[in-house]
Order: sequence, then C-alpha cells, then structure tokens
Amino acid sequence: MLDTLALFGRKGIQALERLGRGHLLLLQILAGITSLLPRLGLLVAQIQSIGVRTVVIVAVSGLFVGMVLGLQGYYVLSQFAAEDSLGVMVAASLVRELGPVVTALLFAGRAGSALTAEIGLMKATEQLSGLEMMAVDPIRRILTPRFFAGFISMPLLAAMFSAVGVLGGYFVSVGLLGVDDGAFWSQMQAKIDWNEDVVNGVIKSLVFGVVCTWIALFQGYDTVPTSTGVSRSTTQTVVHSALAVLVLDFVLTALMFGE
Amino acid sequence: MNNRLVEIAVGAFMAAGLVALFFLAMQVSNLASITTSDGYEVTARFDNIGGLKVRSPVSMAGVRIGRVVDIGYDQKTFEAVVTMQIEPAYDKIPEDTIAKIYTSGLLGEQYVGFDPGGSLENLQQGSEIMITQSALVLEEIIGQFLFSKAEENAAASE
Repeated sequence: MLDTLALFGRKGIQALERLGRGHLLLLQILAGITSLLPRLGLLVAQIQSIGVRTVVIVAVSGLFVGMVLGLQGYYVLSQFAAEDSLGVMVAASLVRELGPVVTALLFAGRAGSALTAEIGLMKATEQLSGLEMMAVDPIRRILTPRFFAGFISMPLLAAMFSAVGVLGGYFVSVGLLGVDDGAFWSQMQAKIDWNEDVVNGVIKSLVFGVVCTWIALFQGYDTVPTSTGVSRSTTQTVVHSALAVLVLDFVLTALMFGE
Repeated sequence: MNNRLVEIAVGAFMAAGLVALFFLAMQVSNLASITTSDGYEVTARFDNIGGLKVRSPVSMAGVRIGRVVDIGYDQKTFEAVVTMQIEPAYDKIPEDTIAKIYTSGLLGEQYVGFDPGGSLENLQQGSEIMITQSALVLEEIIGQFLFSKAEENAAASE
C-alpha cells in the first residue's frame, strides 16, 4: 500500500523535474538570442529544413481540407437555402480553427519529430558533448536557431494553409456546386473580421509554433542517449505536441472568442 | 546543399507566407473595407435597438455609408444612445434625416437605415438625429397580432 503511494510520489516528482528542466531549457534557448543575431545564417539554414520542407504537405492538406469543407458545408447550408454563406463558413473555420490547429499537428509530425531525432542522435553520438569540449555552447549553437526557425515558420505555414484552403473551398463551391461567385467572396469579406478572426488565428499559430518546437527540442535534448531512448522521445514529441496543441486550442479559443 | 539555393528557398518561403497573410487580409477578411478613424460621428437615441451591435452597418438607400462605433445607455431617459461614424465622402445628409433600425432578411443581422429629410442644413460631427424608429421586435408584433385577432373573435361572437 505504502509502496504504491511511494511509486505515485516518485512519478509525480519525476514529472515535475522534467517540467522544470524543460522551462530552464526554454530560458537558456531564449537567452541564446544574443549570439544568434550576429549569425543569421544559422537561422536561415534551419528555416530551410523546418519551414520550407513542410510547405508541400501543408499546402496539399490545406487544399483538400478546404475542398472537403466546401462539400460538407454545402450539404448542410443548402437545406436552409443559405449556400451563399458557404464562403463565410469555409473561411471562418479555416482561419479561426483548422488553419492553426491542423498545421500545428502536421508541423509536429513533419518537423518536430525530425528535430527530436536529430538532436537525440547528436546527443547519443556525443556530438553535443564534443561541442562543449570545444567551448561551444550546444544550446546556443544548435537549439536556439532551431527554436526561432520554428517560431517564424509556423505562422507563415498556417497562413498558407488557410489561404490555400479558402481557394480549395472556392474551387469546389463555385466550380463544382454552382455557388454564386460574387456572393462567395462578398459574404466572406463582410463577415470575416481582420482583428477578430485573422489576427487571433495568427496568435494561435504563434503559440502553437513555440509549444511544438519547444517540446521537440526538449525531448531531443533530454533523451536517454540510446537508440531506444531516441525512438521513444520521437514518439513522445508527436504525442505531447498533439495533446498540447489541442488543449491549448481550447484555452485560446475560450479566451479569444468566448464571451 | 548550395548555400545560395538555401537562401533563395527560404526567401521564397517567407514571401509565400506573407502573400498568404496578405491574401487573408485583403480577399478573405474585411481589412480592405475598414475605414480608418476618419469620418464624422453622429448620435441617435432609440427606445429599443434590438440586436444592433457595434460595427453594424449604417446604410442609406441600401448603400453602406458608415458603421456603428459605440452603443451606450442613458440612465435618465432609459434610451439607447447609438454613435455612428459616417464616411467623409457622404457629407450631404439633411439634418432632419430619420434613423431606423432594420433587419436584413427575416433572420439577418440588424442595421441602421437613414431616410433622408428635406432640411437644407447637413449633419455634422457631433450632431444628433432627432427622429428615430426602434427595432421591430418580432415577439411584440406576433403578440399584438394575436391580441387583435382575439378581440375580433370576441366581437364577432357577441
């Protein structure tokens, strides 16, 4: 009985320790910005591997999500003879929710797992200790550029997702289902507010970008340096990022749109 | 990979992201039609504004000429005070214009409609519209209809 209680306690303390290490790491990463600014080349190389290579999957998913929204929305709205509002529905759901959230999930799967595996392997093959031996701070040299690359890439990717999705919805509803072209855009422009909808979506994607990159970097940096450890950390990155994104999305939505 | 190619790819990526944001701003959202805070403000008092909201349109002959920027409540007269911002291009609105609250469609949102009067003086910054008509509340109309029907029936059966 007391043993199980002690087990619980140990698990809890371990979890809190990890949480604390994660926050300390974040502080160290953020402090590294001073040495990043004179060497922006590092940042560019990371945006290439984190952002640019995620564009294709984000754009294709956005296109199909937008097209599905067009089809499904038409099915419901045509029952109320409100097909003209299809543009509003597609754009609102993309800009407010699906753009940031689905992009963050794809980002965690495509870029986050790669980050964890890369840094975990660096640790397992003792490249990080090697850097330290050469008096190079691995956090400043390796982690900080990757963190800011994720921070910059994520909102841009989410904006691309939403824009491509709106175009996909446009093709399906105007091209396929015969919704009026003018009504599609004018209703959308009348109902979608720049501050209320678009800016809040961008804020969401910024938060998700920070959280996903942070989780990926911490899982890699804190991994058990064996092949099993790296594979477990990579899995945990995706699972934790997905959970964090969905929970944070609820909190942010309640703060932004709830009244 | 060639360093220059990386830089070009990143540049194209960031440009594409910004283009997407620009598209969301101009084509999807209303940023293109948000008037910066120029224009003049007029106020009107209503007994009941129904579902009117801040940012609801103000229109004249069906053309949008401004927006509702503030809705307040006067505790002395028990009236709603609606402040509207009219775009500077529309500066020839007679002073005795009537402001009414309409609903667009049966279930649509509510907006303020101006019916022009005949005065030679025009509305200016800070002027108040004296003649107003409140929002139609559907429940009240149905209630009145049922009441008058009931009276008719009572008269007929006597």
